Amino acid sequence: MIHLANIHKSYTVHKKLIPALQGVDLSIVQGEIFGVIGHSGAGKSTLIRLINLLERPTEGTIQVGGEDILKFDEKALRNFRRKVGMIFQHFNLLNSKTIAANVAFPIRIAGEKDEKKIDARVDELLSLVGLSLHKLKYPRQLSGGEKQRVGIARALANGPHILLCDEATSALDPQTTRSILQLLREINEKLRLTIVLITHEMDVIRTICDRVAVIDSGKIVESGQVAQVFLHPKHPTTRNFVMESENMSADELHGQAEGVEPATIRRLTFMDAAMTQPVFTTIARECAVDFLIINGRFGKIKSIPCGQLTVSVQGTADNTRNALHRLAEAGVVVEESF
Amino acid sequence: MNEFLQNFVLVGIDWIDIAWASIDTLLMLGGALSMTIILGLPLGFALFLTAPKQVLAAPKSYSVISFFVNILRSLPFVILLIAMIPVTVFLTGTSLGVAGAIPPLVVGGTPFFARLVETSLREVDGGIIEASLAMGASVRQIVLGALLPEALPGIIAAATVTAIALVSYTALSGVVGGGGLGDLAIRYGYQRFQLNVMFVTIILLLIMVQLIQSIGNRMVIHFSR
Repeated sequence: MIHLANIHKSYTVHKKLIPALQGVDLSIVQGEIFGVIGHSGAGKSTLIRLINLLERPTEGTIQVGGEDILKFDEKALRNFRRKVGMIFQHFNLLNSKTIAANVAFPIRIAGEKDEKKIDARVDELLSLVGLSLHKLKYPRQLSGGEKQRVGIARALANGPHILLCDEATSALDPQTTRSILQLLREINEKLRLTIVLITHEMDVIRTICDRVAVIDSGKIVESGQVAQVFLHPKHPTTRNFVMESENMSADELHGQAEGVEPATIRRLTFMDAAMTQPVFTTIARECAVDFLIINGRFGKIKSIPCGQLTVSVQGTADNTRNALHRLAEAGVVVEESF
Repeated sequence: MNEFLQNFVLVGIDWIDIAWASIDTLLMLGGALSMTIILGLPLGFALFLTAPKQVLAAPKSYSVISFFVNILRSLPFVILLIAMIPVTVFLTGTSLGVAGAIPPLVVGGTPFFARLVETSLREVDGGIIEASLAMGASVRQIVLGALLPEALPGIIAAATVTAIALVSYTALSGVVGGGGLGDLAIRYGYQRFQLNVMFVTIILLLIMVQLIQSIGNRMVIHFSR
């Protein structure tokens, strides 16, 4: 669906060339929700703007829906952009226009002149995002979450194939963030829409994304299925994100485990069958080992229940080896802690 | 009291003259302001759109336009008034009266208004332009559908400031025979030492400026959402 190959992008600031992206390759599949996570300045904003060419790469190719969008002339590019919706961190609504007029704006841009058709489409979109009652209000009268819903309705106005979300929930409180993410997921399922989002929040990725790419200093350092990347992070940047989302730095983790023999510490990952069977306590009992739980988190990644524990396994060497072996057999992934 | 007013304070004031002068001032103002807006608005948009990093970024055109605007802005209006006489005569056939005053007023007001328009366009959140571009809007659609409505309160405020500047310019044009209240004030108040006439014209100009400002303020509030 979307293929970026060997993308380089640099900006000239005070006559110096500042690289923003350095050789990015990315493939996004039709219908998935793809997340890009990175700290500010990592290049994620530039990356998402390449997909609708708000930014042009200095080098590399971009294909969307099988077409080389870098070859589009101005008119073709405008038509292409009408089929790619985008929502923004600060919503970017027209403050001088009503909610209805804001949603109607892209429809008018696409050349629709029949007021009745426009009005019907606006009603349909506002009911999709749950804002029918606010039709004639102005953006200033709405809360942040409601403004983002208007943004979403506006982005969907011309029936796009792709929705780009630029830090769409970063200006919202946690509860509103959840409701906006829920809405995005519904839209993804209902309209079979491909969603590309960028964020610096792990929770956003964990809640709705199918696949994720971790970006750092203009390079993609790790990518894959969300569960795979977040449960078994390999790159230090990814590990930091995982730690941050657990409100824990590596130092703190080691601090908590003070007095514990480091060689006994393991990171256990529970998924699928291991989530529904009492494997942990059964094995502890049968193998005569004890587990000191240092840190842990259970929850869902998108809709998959899973959990992770950092434990110190305490028992004789044989019993420990046996217990870890049985855990692995029961489907628990056992790793050295990081 | 009334007698005192009649015999001493208001003595020798030709009210008909004052009425005509007021009408002349209003005509000059109306004519000059409408021309200034018609010419200054596109010029302001041109300045904004061609500036670096904007949608029609054209550094060379921008510097050229900006340079000419600056030249006109740096000329004191009295000098412009005199320097423009040949052009004014060519355009209107006279350099006197209402018709003779309007061309220099427009040339003085347009660059001023254009800069103010440029400033109010810069106040519009860049994200709105980005969102419009992402929707596939053409430059025309961005200008008419997003920039103009978003900047409208600022543009109205700019027009108000310009109108008030034009009122004081009309008074100056009295120096070279432009007619209107300024002309009256100079002829009676300065040349004939009839200070009461000057005083009346000052009051009238004051009222005019107050009216323009309050109409402008109301319109700004009306168009602000």
